Amino acid sequence: MSMYRKLLVAVTIVAGNVFAGDSPNLGEAVTAAEIAVADYTVLPNGDGLPTGSGNAKNGAAVYAKHCLACHGDEGRDGLNDRLAGGHGTLLTDNPVRTVGSYWPYATTLFDYVRRAMPYTTPGSLTNDEIYAVAAYILFLNGLVAEDTNINSETLPSIKMPNSDKIVWQYRPE
Amino acid sequence: MTDIGDLPVAGNGLLNRRLFLQAGAAGAATIMTAQASAQDQPDSMRIPGAGMSESGAPSRYESELYRRAIASQPGTTGAGVSRTPLEHLDGIITPSRLHFERHHSGIPDIDPGRHRLIIHGLVKRPLSFSMDALARYPSVSRIQFLECSGNSGALLSAEPVQSGCGELHGLVSASEWGGVPLSALLAETGVTANARWIVASGADAAKMSRSVPLDKIMDDAIVALYQNGEPLRPANGYPMRLFLPGWEGNMSVKWLHTIKVVDQPAMTKDETSKYSDLQDDGDLQLFTFPMAVKSVITSPSPGLNLGSTGIYQVSGIAWSGAGRIRRVEVSADGGESWADAALDELVLPHCLTRFRSAWAWNGGPAVILSRATDEAGNVQPTRAAVLEGRAVGTFYHYNGIQAWQVNRDGSVNNVYV
Repeated sequence: MSMYRKLLVAVTIVAGNVFAGDSPNLGEAVTAAEIAVADYTVLPNGDGLPTGSGNAKNGAAVYAKHCLACHGDEGRDGLNDRLAGGHGTLLTDNPVRTVGSYWPYATTLFDYVRRAMPYTTPGSLTNDEIYAVAAYILFLNGLVAEDTNINSETLPSIKMPNSDKIVWQYRPE
Repeated sequence: MTDIGDLPVAGNGLLNRRLFLQAGAAGAATIMTAQASAQDQPDSMRIPGAGMSESGAPSRYESELYRRAIASQPGTTGAGVSRTPLEHLDGIITPSRLHFERHHSGIPDIDPGRHRLIIHGLVKRPLSFSMDALARYPSVSRIQFLECSGNSGALLSAEPVQSGCGELHGLVSASEWGGVPLSALLAETGVTANARWIVASGADAAKMSRSVPLDKIMDDAIVALYQNGEPLRPANGYPMRLFLPGWEGNMSVKWLHTIKVVDQPAMTKDETSKYSDLQDDGDLQLFTFPMAVKSVITSPSPGLNLGSTGIYQVSGIAWSGAGRIRRVEVSADGGESWADAALDELVLPHCLTRFRSAWAWNGGPAVILSRATDEAGNVQPTRAAVLEGRAVGTFYHYNGIQAWQVNRDGSVNNVYV
């Protein structure tokens, strides 16, 4: 049975048992502009990435101003999550999990920073600043050059060291 | 009592579970024959008590009913956890004010009159729903557990961490959750043929997001509006949260704001860098969604010291993301012998189940354990079995058997067996 047919069946069952076929149908149409304001999701294939760009040189300044206080100099030894280094340590007795050593997708950086960082003022960075600080964190991990231009095309194409290791424990029908 | 005490069912004093009924009848008889003179009665029986009030509170004598081991990321107060004091509760429902917390950027203050749920992405009609609208949809209500997949992570320590039951295992709670099946809302938006996942995002400052398979959403996900009969508490997602029965707590996104229907998971920070399980061969396991079968003895437990020798109730909770609890066994001799515990009447799918055994403590050292089996036949594993194959530092999804050491002086501590 196709997924689509399955959904139809599932909806029919719900309608039959609980709704007797009658939904209030109170959803209101949403405009593309309203969705754009609310949609922060970036997919690994780059879907959802906005226009804009940045490189590690610009990103170093963004990092120093907005990130360093919590994440430390060059993404190490800060109060909060370490961002850089740890390569080759994951299977040792002292694993160091960082963006570079652990995160399987580079797109997650943009998605997360745009949603939640800086912690006290999320949403305050421009898209160019987010691309730049992502570039800087990737540069600290040796994954891009200092002048590599990071944008909606290049970010999804970066292969993270741990990306070959992921194993899905659940796969939807 | 002596005739009942003659019915051991497993080693080191575990007694027949039917003891409770007989002991209860004896207690009632004692009360009926007791006579007291008015002079001897306490003030509460001679002086009218306090008046009515608009909202209740626990007895002022209950000093232990507070959330434990509150911890937040350095420099923050709202990016962390607080834990349910399991050892001070009974039954299966967690009082809402004691439900564990896990927030990523504090508890937002959301005006329900301005809040909307937006469903978009691979849908035929992007729609938004107000609180007033959702209130008109036929809804469901079920008693179910919620467990953070980081619960019991301290049990990964090389040496047993000496903390209370709630501090170690209190990232699990159970409530009656009421709300609107999300399938009904997706029926209204329609989804396209290639839809496989949704990305749920909250209206908190982290805009916390998780990808959820569409089949789960259509199966039993709800947009929860009520917890234990009242609107959600702010710490639990007011005015609305996603609720996914049996699945790791982080996915039941609080302060639910947007649902984007997609054809692939977003690989968000919380489903890749967190809540993932690195194995010792380098495999990085993602999407371990249903919480595995688990139980813990809440009493006796550290901090609840035993007094005189004699009969004690051994009580605890068991749960499974695979459905109902079928059986809980208890051991008082470190796992050499086991006996079935009695299960309280409500044995619900994806819910805490309360179990009870009777135990005659002889004053000697004892190691007490509980082991749960769910209706799918999954048996709670030993700590060693859970650790098998894990890389160092992998602490999510821990469901190993908990052992409590009872010492001669009546104290109880965490121990590995």
